[in-house]
Amino acid sequence: MKRQHPVLTALLVLLFVALAAAPFIFPGTKSVATASRVCIFIVLAASYDILLGYTGIVSFAHTMFFAFGAYGVAIPLAAGWVGWDAVLVGTLGSAALAAAVSAAIALLSLRVQRLFFSMITMAVASFAQILATQLREITGGEDGLTFSLPAALQPGFRLLAEPIFGVRADGRLVGYYLTFFVALAMFWLMRRLVASPFGRVLQAIRENEFRAEALGYRTIVYRTTASAIAAAVAAVAGVLMALLLRYVGPSSTLSFDVMTDILLMVVIGGMGSLTGPALGAAVVVLAHYYLQPLMQAGHDALAGVPVLPNLVHPDRWLLWLGTLFVLIVYFFPAGIVGSLKRR
Amino acid sequence: MNRLAPYLLLPAVMLAVMPFMSHSSWLALTVAGLAMGMMLFLMASGLTLVFGLMDVLNFAHGGFITLGAYLAVSVLGPLTGWVSSESWALNLLALLAAVLAAAIASGVAGLAFEAILIRRVYGSHLQQILITVGGLIVAGELIVALWGPQPLPLAKPAILRGSFLLFGATIETYRMAAVAVGLVVYAGMHALLNRTRIGLVVRAGVENREMVEALGYRVRRLFVGVFVAGSALAGIGGAMWAEYQELITPSIGGEMTILVFIVVIIGGLGSVSGCFTGAMLVGLAANYVGFLAPKLALGSNIALMVAILLWRPRGLFPVGGK
Amino acid sequence: MPNALLTFEGVHTHIGPYHILHGVDFAVPEGEVTMLLGRNGAGKTTALRSLMGLWKPNQGRITFAGRDISKLPTPEIARLGIAYVPETMGIFAALTVRENLLLATGPAGFQQDRLDTVLALFPVLGQKFAQAAGGLSGGQKQMLAISRAIIEERRLLVVDEPTKGLAPAVILHLIEAFQKLKAARTTILLVEQNFEMARALGDTVAVMEDGRIVHRGDMAALAADTGLQERLLGLSLAAHQ
Ligand SMILES: Nc1ncnc2c1ncn2[C@@H]1O[C@H](COP(=O)(O)OP(=O)(O)OP(=O)(O)O)[C@@H](O)[C@H]1O
Ligand SMILES: [Mg+2]
Repeated sequence: MKRQHPVLTALLVLLFVALAAAPFIFPGTKSVATASRVCIFIVLAASYDILLGYTGIVSFAHTMFFAFGAYGVAIPLAAGWVGWDAVLVGTLGSAALAAAVSAAIALLSLRVQRLFFSMITMAVASFAQILATQLREITGGEDGLTFSLPAALQPGFRLLAEPIFGVRADGRLVGYYLTFFVALAMFWLMRRLVASPFGRVLQAIRENEFRAEALGYRTIVYRTTASAIAAAVAAVAGVLMALLLRYVGPSSTLSFDVMTDILLMVVIGGMGSLTGPALGAAVVVLAHYYLQPLMQAGHDALAGVPVLPNLVHPDRWLLWLGTLFVLIVYFFPAGIVGSLKRR
Repeated sequence: MNRLAPYLLLPAVMLAVMPFMSHSSWLALTVAGLAMGMMLFLMASGLTLVFGLMDVLNFAHGGFITLGAYLAVSVLGPLTGWVSSESWALNLLALLAAVLAAAIASGVAGLAFEAILIRRVYGSHLQQILITVGGLIVAGELIVALWGPQPLPLAKPAILRGSFLLFGATIETYRMAAVAVGLVVYAGMHALLNRTRIGLVVRAGVENREMVEALGYRVRRLFVGVFVAGSALAGIGGAMWAEYQELITPSIGGEMTILVFIVVIIGGLGSVSGCFTGAMLVGLAANYVGFLAPKLALGSNIALMVAILLWRPRGLFPVGGK
Repeated sequence: MPNALLTFEGVHTHIGPYHILHGVDFAVPEGEVTMLLGRNGAGKTTALRSLMGLWKPNQGRITFAGRDISKLPTPEIARLGIAYVPETMGIFAALTVRENLLLATGPAGFQQDRLDTVLALFPVLGQKFAQAAGGLSGGQKQMLAISRAIIEERRLLVVDEPTKGLAPAVILHLIEAFQKLKAARTTILLVEQNFEMARALGDTVAVMEDGRIVHRGDMAALAADTGLQERLLGLSLAAHQ
């Protein structure tokens, strides 16, 4: 693997330390939930990067696989099968299903015409969203599913009687570290994957598909495998999200907004590096939390001026992130990571 | 036979469902399907030509549909008097004003969009997709900032409300009107493409842009024109769809984008005839399946797309070597 | 020596990361047929595409009628009066023969006398006038491509390997057609691998090798010197027959 820019390494270490010690550095339910979100989106964005950054495939169905994982654990838990076995079965089952569906889409659309792929994934994703709202008996429809967690993840659970460094060792803490370590493991696995011979072939395909084909690589096999792996990892991220929220619904897992977030993270961080999307995930999740109050302030300050307050209304934060997104695609196509590359 | 098959698909589908329903239902559903298809054709034709001519894939196309829909609301709001008037002349004037405003606004927006975003990403599909998706996000947010997030109602002109009887079938007047408008636009586009020099250059450009340039035609300029015209048509389609639905939400463009994509994929990216056939197929399938098996309706378009891609991997009417 | 209508002066062209033309110099005199010869991959097509602005030269000048055109966009270059027949012929398969020809005419459409001349040169095109060009045979497509280049008065005709992949009888027909154009004192820049055709038509010749011009002179002199042919083109006239 190429040497990283020292600033990048420093940022990554900082992110790791902050997340590893988050419950102790930033105590409080809300900030721990934010840290969990960062962990989850790091996994989700990095898995998307395997597609976008390493193979040049633009898929809009990634949230669907995220949703597979979320519904995969939510459905048994909500049906009253509350236990780690349910979580495990849900995780493995949904990851396998995600991999299979993703491979099927890839085989169909990569075979027909590369260009159709993005459009087809968009259609499939919207179909999944409709399906989730229509199959009310299974998915809870528009309202989604709420459910109880296994005992060890419930707020009332005590791992230790005494607080550690003033933080109670309750189910939330257990839940956070579960998220953290699963995310860490996933991220590590993905880095291993892209550094492996398989990952190098993916990069060769991205650089020059024609040449990779001429060298004898079956690009379709590599692309399909990459989409399947990315989908399975996204499903794991979905499981973590379901466990964090204790709720799963179409808008929190399947909507185009989630897809937009993922795209923002990968592009802002810099595609094709895994590190970039990890940093991008942190930036975008934090922006969610801190940009909105800032915009609220701006909104209040501009009260009375026509139209302008609407532009800085806290609900319009996507307007500004979207603008940032376009500017980055223009001027820094390699994102944060690319700007830090040693010339 | 194999070359004719795509042309026969449409009548074949219409005939195939006949035994499963009464004649009056069939007629009503067919008109409804064709009406929806015509509006889809308006929305999709620009996208397919823009791709054919410059190899540009515009994911923000739905933004022009949304803009057209909202413009219709804004124009018809103050014209309530005309819209609900007894006089059909005032009715039609209001409708014309709405459609014109939608066309102009979407066309101007298209011009700006081409100059600001599209022009810089020729040649790179990855950048095109990313930039146009970014543009779509921003455009959608701007529309919400200007018109608000709540659903907005709008009224059809009085003469286009209600329905009439035709061979025992109840036909909504507006659907008939939509079919008529769609046919007129299609005929106009067909004439423009097949009877004029500009149309000749567009058709040639879709097949081989370099050669057209080597013959001395400024394809870039032509492309801007096609982009603007395509955006304006999408705006008109959006306005007509809004009046058909009588209620619009900011997600209208996004929902239609999915259908529009299915239409151009089915038809073959770059082909106008394919776009027309694809639009009719999607419209008819939605209505027939919605009637015969309502539970399957939502999957019918995806199933249609998958089936056609398995049959013809590059769509019904593949264009050039792309 | 007549005035040069077209000149290449130290032209370098890159395609993506590859440096293909390394300083190409030659001139096309007005009213003559200039042959551009060379082995496969020598850079002939690249030179013509650079002339048409389809690949932009990175360095050097290409002048047409005294004007530097190396930075002009393709349509502007064509509008100076240059007709181009690419190696791939550039026929629009979905368009009819008539429409293919019509594309190359001015705003007024066909001039009857020119159309008659062209159809007299290639009568088969008249028979297939209303058919889709995609259905033509390879030779007929080449005839159409050449017809399209001469359907209007142009100052320069640029043709890339018109005989490639064609049957000997068709090649003879094309040679005849080009001889008529030559007799009308059309300025032509012709890329060829077929030495027979080159000898029959060429006034002057430039030979390319590895993106450079390695020989310039009279066609007749090259045609007479088998040793030189062997050295430059890797084959003598005798071996070719
Ligand atoms: N699109 C391309 N990308 C990269 N290299 C190219 C491309 N087209 C041509 N080349 C290379 O440029 C060099 C010159 O090619 P060119 O087609 O100009 O040769 P040519 O003299 O016309 O050959 P031929 O007689 O085979 O037509 C060759 O080495 C070729 O491999
Ligand atoms: Mg060549």
